[in-house]
Amino acid sequence: MDLFLQGIAWIFDPANSAGPGGIPQRLAEQLAYTFGAVAIGAVIAVPIGLLIGHTGRGRDVAVSLSGGLRALPSLGLLIIFALGIGIGFKAPLLTFVILAIPPVLAGAYAGVEAVDKRTVDAARAMGMTEWQVLTKVELPLGLPLLIGGLRSGILQVVATATLAYFATGGALGVFINEGLKTRNYAELLGASIIVTVLALALEGIFALVQRLVVPRGVAAGRVTDVRARSTRPRTVVGNSIREGK
Amino acid sequence: MNWVANNFGLIWGLTLDHIALAVPPIILGLIISIPLGWLANRYHASRGILLTVSGLLYTIPSLPLFIALPALLGTGILDPVNVVVGLTIYAVALMVRSVADALAAVDPGVTQAATAMGYSTWGRFWHVEFPLAGPVLLAGLRVVSVSTVSLVSIGSVIGVSSLGYLFLNGLQRNIVAEVASGIVATLVIAVVFDIILVLAGRLLMPWNRADPKVNARARERAVVGAVTAGGA
Repeated sequence: MDLFLQGIAWIFDPANSAGPGGIPQRLAEQLAYTFGAVAIGAVIAVPIGLLIGHTGRGRDVAVSLSGGLRALPSLGLLIIFALGIGIGFKAPLLTFVILAIPPVLAGAYAGVEAVDKRTVDAARAMGMTEWQVLTKVELPLGLPLLIGGLRSGILQVVATATLAYFATGGALGVFINEGLKTRNYAELLGASIIVTVLALALEGIFALVQRLVVPRGVAAGRVTDVRARSTRPRTVVGNSIREGK
Repeated sequence: MNWVANNFGLIWGLTLDHIALAVPPIILGLIISIPLGWLANRYHASRGILLTVSGLLYTIPSLPLFIALPALLGTGILDPVNVVVGLTIYAVALMVRSVADALAAVDPGVTQAATAMGYSTWGRFWHVEFPLAGPVLLAGLRVVSVSTVSLVSIGSVIGVSSLGYLFLNGLQRNIVAEVASGIVATLVIAVVFDIILVLAGRLLMPWNRADPKVNARARERAVVGAVTAGGA
């Protein structure tokens, strides 16, 4: 526990917060990678996911791709990109985009897929075009799962952005690298605590967003769902034994 | 390719190290998550608590976890135990949800029939619910296996030997072939593990072969659920 206190003391040491290379700058870099990579990943993966969910085509590809891309070791990917396109922020960003795509794709696809097919049919029967079905019915109803995909993409990237320093791309991992090299456990643990708290905070925020985007009608439906069980007493059929007790 | 041929012994040795680090978390994760998953499926309150805690555990980034564990466990920072414990935590975090979902997917009519035939709760679990939950559980375990194999390499950052060594060494010496061979070897391990799991599933669960479509949807949901379950 003593070590953890030293780590916390390191975080609040004014010497570490000031100027270039201080905690605020590295934190901003970590966040820039996270949101930048997930935004780019979303631009690529969301339309594809929606299309797969809407048409039902390419489902197997989407499922195996989102599972299979997980096998790629992000550290190896980052370093091979760094050797290929040079050090700096590009190689980490490219790595994190690839990392963000599977969960976002899975979320977008699963969101549309999970919409009750009777609802979709009803929308078509009312004369909606396919585009309207997608944007006015499937997208709003599938939004919580889509946000869930973004949330998990953000989590993966915020955790892995710690590795950006291997390509001299900054972010909070710089402190971890420094701490490892100089055997400075306070710095190591301090930086680790910041990354963990950051991940937990983003998780909390997105859990909240996921709840807020549930369409009003669906949220209202959930309440009536509970009452859907009949409140009237059931007909007593062959219950005489229990009644006798 | 020359580099690979000249250093095959190194790659092979690191592959074995990698496998030795990846296998215990996958097995331990399965064993630990069965009772936890059962508990999560059994009571409404325990489900909320267990799934929230496992979600939060899975949120902890891997590198910070590997660094913090020596301080918590009293191990040395270079001890491979840190990596095994850390990866076991992730495996459990993922598998608890899979086990709970797999048990929830068992047809309640079947469990009622088993109870009516005189099974005790214990016997019904091992002879009826658990075998029927098997295929969905296997889908979750395959995701755990893949992500464990790919995460092992992060351990090399804190000096625990695995294929990740090829990444760091390749970066220092500017050898693309070395990094690429590390990536390929990791992918090969992941694929071999996956094949072993699928074959073991066929061998242990012959009833699933008769009608593989029955659980297809639940299995797919398990995979998508695990992929969107957050990251390390």
